[in-house]
Amino acid sequence: MYVPGENGEFNQEVEKALRLVDFLELGELMARDALNRNESCGGHFRVEYQTPEGEALRDDKNYAYVAVWEYKGEDHAPVMHKEELHFEVAHPAQRNYKD
Amino acid sequence: MNLTLKVWRQKDAKTPGAFETYKVEGISPDTSFLEMLDILNNKLIHEDGGAPVDFNKGCRGPVAFDHDCREGICGMCSLFINGEAHGPDSEITTCQLHMRKFKDGDTITIEPWRSAAFPVIRDLVVERQAFDKILQAGGFVSVNTGGVPDANAIPIPRDDAEESMDAAACIGCGACVATCKNGSAMLFVAARVSSLAKLPQGRVEGARRAKAMVARMDELGFGNCTNTQACQMECPKGISIAHIARLNREFLSAKFRD
Repeated sequence: MYVPGENGEFNQEVEKALRLVDFLELGELMARDALNRNESCGGHFRVEYQTPEGEALRDDKNYAYVAVWEYKGEDHAPVMHKEELHFEVAHPAQRNYKD
Repeated sequence: MNLTLKVWRQKDAKTPGAFETYKVEGISPDTSFLEMLDILNNKLIHEDGGAPVDFNKGCRGPVAFDHDCREGICGMCSLFINGEAHGPDSEITTCQLHMRKFKDGDTITIEPWRSAAFPVIRDLVVERQAFDKILQAGGFVSVNTGGVPDANAIPIPRDDAEESMDAAACIGCGACVATCKNGSAMLFVAARVSSLAKLPQGRVEGARRAKAMVARMDELGFGNCTNTQACQMECPKGISIAHIARLNREFLSAKFRD
């Protein structure tokens, strides 16, 4: 990638390059997170995990958590932390919006 | 449209700058002004083929200019175009200016905001922290006004609310300073003081605010107001100089009471 201008000076092209780096890193993290979640749920859809009607096939037993990824340095994979979700009154269930 | 651009290039505040002339071709009248500069910058980047920006060898590399929202509300874009802040149209910001306001073959002169209080960072980008410093000196309400229900519990005359909102429309771009022959920031300070003075919550510290903001404005190197009204003419939000009159009253009565 060609970035015109100098480093260490006011440089709007470096600003743009840094934004691009951020977007790419975020995209990579989102892909990693999606691959980690072996179910379909809400906006997260894995073609391998779908009902015969083509709806999201959930796995609430194993994936009722929010994933948070910890940065471990440039050449290291991020580490996942789970925030477990406990539903006390309303319980998640498979839904069908087609009927 | 084919255009000739005379663009101000400058390395930093300590180095003298100069105009460079560039040509752009095949610009659609529907292109916005900043898009047109993006097209110029694209051309300059490709022409250089990897050479570093060197202001001694003739300014190469893209032209630096401020922008953010590109929809007329953030106050970042700040180009002085053909001698007018934000260009030839009225009540718009630079990012809302389109090339149909110019003619094929035109020469367009593009400069940054010229003011001693706004040192040039690079090319068309100036440092406008002076405005933030003025606001930090008093452009706020330090009383706890409570949550929304408390605010609505105080009846405010409709006209006061309207005038406060009109003044609050100021986006802090600095066109007023750039346009003023004295480089005065009175319209900016007046807009802030007015928007707060018209509301009961802001009235409480009105005197302190007026004195503090005017003092800071003077300290930072802005000029004095001689009522030319040029600021009002060029303001992209149509802020009225009636607010300057109010600021003068506030300031005088505050000083008189001292």
